[in-house]
Amino acid sequence: MSDGVTPVVHHAHAPTSFIRRYVFSLDHKVIGQQYYMLALFSVFIGMLLSWLVRIHLVWAKFPIPLISHLSPNGAPGGVITPEYYLSLLTLHGTLMVFFVLTTAPQSGFGNYILPIQIGAEDMAFPTLNMLSFWTTFVALVVLVSTFFVKDGPPISGWTAYPPLSAIGGDAGPGLSLGQDLWAISIALFCIGSLMGALNFIVTTLDMRCRGMLLSRMPLSTWGWLITAVLALLSFAVLFAACILLILDRNAGTSFFIPGGLIVSEKIQPHSGGSPLLWQHLFWFFGHPEVYIAIVPGWGIISQILPVFARKPILGYKVILGCLGSIAGLSFMVWGHHMFVSGMSPYSGFLFSVPTLIITLPATIMTLLWLGTVWGGKLRLTTSMLFALAFISVFVTGGLGGMFLAQPSLDIYLHATYFVVGHFHMVMGVAAIFAMLAGTYFWYPKMFGRMLNETLGKIHFWITFVGVYAIFMPMHFLGLAGNVRRYSEFTDDFLQPLIPVHKFITVCALAVGATQFIFLFNVFWSMLKGEKAPDNPWDATSLEWSIPSPPPFDNFDGKHPVVYRGPNEYGTPSGEKDFEMQATPPAEIQRRTI
Amino acid sequence: MAKLFAIVMAVITLVSVWIFVAHTWWFPTVASEHGVDMDHQFKETFIAAGFAFLVSQLGLATFVWKYADRGDNRKIRIFPGGARWLIILSLIFVGSEVFALEFVGQKVWSAMYFKKAPQDSLRVQVLGGQFAFYFRYPGPDNKFAPIHVDKIDEGTQNYFGLDKSSDEEAKDDVVTASLAVPINRPVELLLEAKDVGHAFYVRELRIQQDLVPGMEIAVHFLPTRLGKFEVVCTQLCGLGHYNMRAYVEVMTQENFDKWLADQVSQQ
Amino acid sequence: MRTTHVQYAAKAFVLAGAFAVITLHSAATLAAASGTISGTIKVDGTVPKGKAIDMSKEPSCAAKHPTPITTEQVMAGTGGNTLENVVVYISAGLQGSNFPMRTEPVTIEQNGCQYKPHMIVLQVNEDMKVVNSDQTSHNIHPMPKQNTEWNKSQPAGAPPIDAKFTTQEVGIPVKCNIHPWMRSYISVFNHPFFAVSDKDGKFTIKNVPPGTYTVSSWQETLGTQTTQVTVAAGQTAAATFTYKTR
Repeated sequence: MSDGVTPVVHHAHAPTSFIRRYVFSLDHKVIGQQYYMLALFSVFIGMLLSWLVRIHLVWAKFPIPLISHLSPNGAPGGVITPEYYLSLLTLHGTLMVFFVLTTAPQSGFGNYILPIQIGAEDMAFPTLNMLSFWTTFVALVVLVSTFFVKDGPPISGWTAYPPLSAIGGDAGPGLSLGQDLWAISIALFCIGSLMGALNFIVTTLDMRCRGMLLSRMPLSTWGWLITAVLALLSFAVLFAACILLILDRNAGTSFFIPGGLIVSEKIQPHSGGSPLLWQHLFWFFGHPEVYIAIVPGWGIISQILPVFARKPILGYKVILGCLGSIAGLSFMVWGHHMFVSGMSPYSGFLFSVPTLIITLPATIMTLLWLGTVWGGKLRLTTSMLFALAFISVFVTGGLGGMFLAQPSLDIYLHATYFVVGHFHMVMGVAAIFAMLAGTYFWYPKMFGRMLNETLGKIHFWITFVGVYAIFMPMHFLGLAGNVRRYSEFTDDFLQPLIPVHKFITVCALAVGATQFIFLFNVFWSMLKGEKAPDNPWDATSLEWSIPSPPPFDNFDGKHPVVYRGPNEYGTPSGEKDFEMQATPPAEIQRRTI
Repeated sequence: MAKLFAIVMAVITLVSVWIFVAHTWWFPTVASEHGVDMDHQFKETFIAAGFAFLVSQLGLATFVWKYADRGDNRKIRIFPGGARWLIILSLIFVGSEVFALEFVGQKVWSAMYFKKAPQDSLRVQVLGGQFAFYFRYPGPDNKFAPIHVDKIDEGTQNYFGLDKSSDEEAKDDVVTASLAVPINRPVELLLEAKDVGHAFYVRELRIQQDLVPGMEIAVHFLPTRLGKFEVVCTQLCGLGHYNMRAYVEVMTQENFDKWLADQVSQQ
Repeated sequence: MRTTHVQYAAKAFVLAGAFAVITLHSAATLAAASGTISGTIKVDGTVPKGKAIDMSKEPSCAAKHPTPITTEQVMAGTGGNTLENVVVYISAGLQGSNFPMRTEPVTIEQNGCQYKPHMIVLQVNEDMKVVNSDQTSHNIHPMPKQNTEWNKSQPAGAPPIDAKFTTQEVGIPVKCNIHPWMRSYISVFNHPFFAVSDKDGKFTIKNVPPGTYTVSSWQETLGTQTTQVTVAAGQTAAATFTYKTR
């Protein structure tokens, strides 16, 4: 099996039992799909939670059917209590950030596509890969179980700041067992992510086939590699923070709780801790985390744009430099989440410098994408539409960041809907658009069938217009001083803004409903979609040189050899306007003669 | 499809910019000295961001329309000069804007936090606790008596745990549920939290600061406009977070003296 | 056939009637066999004025009080020398443990961000309803020492909450998690012989079986006092408590 150069993975035959094939599979393709389905499940639950949140904000007294059965305490008579609102919000954030944006982009697509794109049979450590998925799965089960414990899910937000999250039930409802389970779930998630990160890095560095120089790797592979490095360096810190939180809550320690606190008339038996310590630990992880969510997307978009513009990506090496420098800078900016936290104002100033500097590589990348579109021959498939829309929404979200990066302005904008609009635009829209572009792009390869383009276009148009309608107004609300994480707007100041909220809620329900078209398309096309050829998009990277769907060991026992980079578009040789990475030069010669 | 994309993008872009320019939903009128500088910095940032927004979104819209594949034999074109000019453009424009915002823009930040409150500031202590703000004026001795946590009793309105029988400084401390300050005099707020994290946010005054248990954080400002403004909590503190508010009233010196005297009589 | 039906109906009617007569007779006998404890809570000294409560953080409640309400630690009754809101109860001397459950409904109402009534008294396992009449959410939070602590949110318009307490305890403080100035007290007894002094400082405990008892009074800041009374059938025993203030 070995050609003396490419490392060989041990499993030679496809497993036959159902359990080994579909449940505890070691095959990176199955694991990738498992992660994707986990993310799909989580995003729909997360979306449902956001519906409940939005409905409660504008129609608080409207009794929501069925919810009083899920939580008689949380929603008596179908009317959501203040603490249950915060629970829904907390679970929404936690599910979306961790179980959607940290799974699908990296462990979903990355697991499936990366080994194929570098010419490998599988990941370096298939068993570790399987373990990382199942650990993540258990973490999800633990998180969802918080809905069913007596005191309900935690209410302290996905950021879980102490002392609120550390004191326990004295601080109010929603802070008992649910908060412990949250910390356990996240700790497990960290372990799963670390396992995955290790696997990705080793695989990419060690398992490339002959001719696959680092400079010939597709940008999507680079995106996954850089993301894995970010994950490897940041998740350990979050893991530590969660352990410390669990200890504060259960073992009488005081990492995060200072002395002299009186909570609900009870003097707390802690002393010596600092709430700011949690914030530093959390955001040291939290900022790289948001790049973990978007860097795979940047890689995927940089991969997709050339395919449908029929021209090479502009500035392959420059984009690499941008990805790398943003990754490095991402470890230096965490304090911009803490400008008004009580941290030293000098630190605040120092954090704002690299935060604003990040604008530079981000701008360069955006201009390079625009430069790729310029002069191309654009094929506007659904995948390409989402990729183009990605550029638009990423710019919008990123420009919001320009305001928040300045401490002087953050004094006013912190904890308002401006921040909510900003991070939804970059994470909830841009990163998701990259996922959708990737889905419409790689679905034929994964399932051997095409997604329905008409349904895809309907999905695209309603979603694209809809997300602007939902999240652009949040910026206006923020400027007007609308505070976030409020379960009701009961005062005079916020009353004039309620019509804006009603508009947002209606759009959110409409856009959410549209996603069911996508869901239907995904599952229906698996059975009834048009059969997909090996290379429906005329793309160059290695995954398009194998059948759709791929054989068990990807390359059917052969070892691919790569002769060129992934950017040979618009270089006509014979009838084709592109050249695949694995096509031998001899064959090109034969064609052009 | 290409035309539709371009038109939709253009509409979204222009409508968004219009709403910002028309101030349809906008900041409340400023009421503090540093707030004026902050608003100025906002304006600069809006212009820079607005320009970048218009250019990039309309640029994308135009490119999609112009370069859609219409089935002809057009050849693809590489951007002239490749990546080089785009990098230079970014470095110049974005670099200078970032530089300007960072260094010119830190004027407000340094005025608020690098410089200490003036000596003659009116000092008021703010105590945040689930789910209300209470305020304490130090009285003629300008000293705040210590907070005895074990004496805090909300039922008898002893929010600050004062021990008036044994602490001399506590005798003239004035505890109120509303904040009042005289106009055009510097105010220094000393922010504390008794249970979990809270924050103090007054939009008109353009101040926001977290209240961190275990820390006393000072924030100072100069109110420049009469009026009654909301103080709201912006740090998630439990189920009643949305309901945690107080009011700050900027009054004439004369009215403030009357108000304070009235509060003293209610202690 | 019809005749048989009528006969059955008649028998049932007679039986029911007999039963009613016996029950009424028992009740009457019981009533006739029990006495009353009645009296006044007096105060010696000045009653401190309550402090005005600033409800500005909750405008919808502040609007219900054109003149701000005051704190209710010590409430003077009419005449200035009596006390309202003092709990009076039999603390010793009762025989047996199987007492009838009272039938008057117990409701605690949140209105104008104030608990009404300020003093709630009820029996062990008796149902208490919590009602929210305000435009804002409340979160009622009793803080007992013997019973289980709990709290429950009640948004405006939510249905009443049903609660009960399983162990005797006097003076359980109740606060609202959202509005820090709200205060009331719940006292739970394993018998039905208790009352709260009214605005004239007067109280009455009815249907007390004849016997000699220790009767206690409890005021939230002034504490507990006791006295002995002997109750005779069909008669009212007097009990007076005097609290001293500085």
